[in-house]
Amino acid sequence: MSADLLSLRVRLSFPGFDLDVAEELLLDGVTALFGPSGGGKSTLLRTIAGFETPRTGRIALGGEIWFDSETRVNVPAHRRPVGFMFQDARLFGHLGVAGNLAFADKRSRTRAAGFNRGDVITALDLRPLLDRNIGSLSGGERQRVALARTLLTRPKLLLLDEPLSALDLERKADILPYLEDLPKRFGIPTIYVSHALEEVVRLADRVLVLTDGRPQAYGPAAAIVERLDLQPITGRFEAGVLVEARVTGQDERLALTHLDLDGETLKMPMVGHLKPGDTIRLRIRARDVALATRRPEGISIRNVLPGAVDDITPEPDTAFAEVYVALRTTRFRARLTRAAVEDLGLTKGTPVFALIKSVTFDRRLI
Amino acid sequence: MPDLGPLWLTLHLALVTTAILLVLGTPISWWLATTTSRFKPAVEAVTALPLVLPPTVLGFYLLVILSPTSFLGGLWVDVTGDALTFSFSGLVVASIFYSLPFMVQPLQSAFETVGRGPMEAAASLRASPLDAFLNVTVPLSARGFLTAAVLTFAHTIGEFGVVLMVGGNIPGRTRVISIAIYEHVETLRYTEAHVLSAGLVAFSFCVLLLIYTFNRRFPVHVG
Repeated sequence: MSADLLSLRVRLSFPGFDLDVAEELLLDGVTALFGPSGGGKSTLLRTIAGFETPRTGRIALGGEIWFDSETRVNVPAHRRPVGFMFQDARLFGHLGVAGNLAFADKRSRTRAAGFNRGDVITALDLRPLLDRNIGSLSGGERQRVALARTLLTRPKLLLLDEPLSALDLERKADILPYLEDLPKRFGIPTIYVSHALEEVVRLADRVLVLTDGRPQAYGPAAAIVERLDLQPITGRFEAGVLVEARVTGQDERLALTHLDLDGETLKMPMVGHLKPGDTIRLRIRARDVALATRRPEGISIRNVLPGAVDDITPEPDTAFAEVYVALRTTRFRARLTRAAVEDLGLTKGTPVFALIKSVTFDRRLI
Repeated sequence: MPDLGPLWLTLHLALVTTAILLVLGTPISWWLATTTSRFKPAVEAVTALPLVLPPTVLGFYLLVILSPTSFLGGLWVDVTGDALTFSFSGLVVASIFYSLPFMVQPLQSAFETVGRGPMEAAASLRASPLDAFLNVTVPLSARGFLTAAVLTFAHTIGEFGVVLMVGGNIPGRTRVISIAIYEHVETLRYTEAHVLSAGLVAFSFCVLLLIYTFNRRFPVHVG
């Protein structure tokens, strides 16, 4: 199935807030709507769902027009083939878990989605919860039930509005694997609203950055996270790169996973469920990368990769500079002091060794 | 033993009034709970008027409007052959106006508590607005419905001034319990007045006890 385009042209005003978005989103896998709170992410998502009506504009999925201010088309929310999962779950307290799932299942207009109630219950491990009251569920359980309920409408497009933001860290960690599993398991394109970069890089294939009601950038997740000009939004502290690597083996004795990155070997603390041949995405933060002009010896850092300086961006008014190091096809980003850049005599093209202190596993890609 | 006719008439009137007000009051309350219209305060004020007006004022205007010589009263006579004043039908119409705030206010407050959230959730699950209202909002507002129905019922039972103005005191047609008590006192038949009055006190206490017990035993579970 080829991916549909969600074409958005939306102008909307609330007192003190304007939303003005014109983008074509490729609906394949997970698209994140990312940006600070109050930037218009949730409003845009609610507009796509039909809960807010734009002043002017047009919203269409493939050939289906959901809203058009010129031809006065406005498909009501309950007729749009989208599933919306709310931040606060919004389960129906009078129905119980099984009743909530049945509510959605009964009203679903299509049976041809390729999965049934049982599949969804299994995927989200809900069987032990089916007889429970909504009031007795924990926050994480609620979100799982809400997700299942949304899936049972058999949507063409899944809209998730900060589904993790009401949960504590531990509960987030419980739910994330289910969310990661979704695209593979049910094949429904998803738009995911979040202000947490951690979630975005783990889940998203593409990112639309939204601040003050306007899109700042749209593109593949890796490219967006790398962009320096978006740092005020993505957060300098977490600045880094996303790179793809292939698993070459697991070292059980030392609990390490061996990876191939651009022909170089990279070792990271073992990620148990990976198999040789898996392609994965890693996040390497700029502050975890140091540079050396000669290959260092007698050093505890295991990952030393040769490359060349590609670009240097000093940060005005601070002691720091961002240095890009090119390998064959990928780039790293290192955060050094400007003093270090001067002392080492780094300029574009200087051969260097990138010392990588730590690597974060993001997600398995295929 | 006093004549129990007024008791049955009163219960009949209260039941019919409550049933009609459930049907009429629900859409009004929903509209008030969700509208952003600038007419909302005006509509709210009108529905609350019977709370502050002396029943005689309400009764007086109703008498004027419902009288067979008025347009509305005349129409009613043409259609049904019966007058709206000094009749049971007239009492029902009067009670509907008189008890309207006791239906609308608890319902409006229940709908406001439930909010738009569950309606949006239901819409996202493909439920039409009517489907969502009947299968989500109404069950979630069940306590509001109970409170509104019981208060309306009880308030109609205690009605006096409006009934006297619109219905008079016709045994079997318009002589409700409060009118009967008034007449017993006027004619110094205190025993009969005691029986009916004590019955009304006991009944009202039981109704309120029911509401408060129910509200305590079934705390709201908000999903």
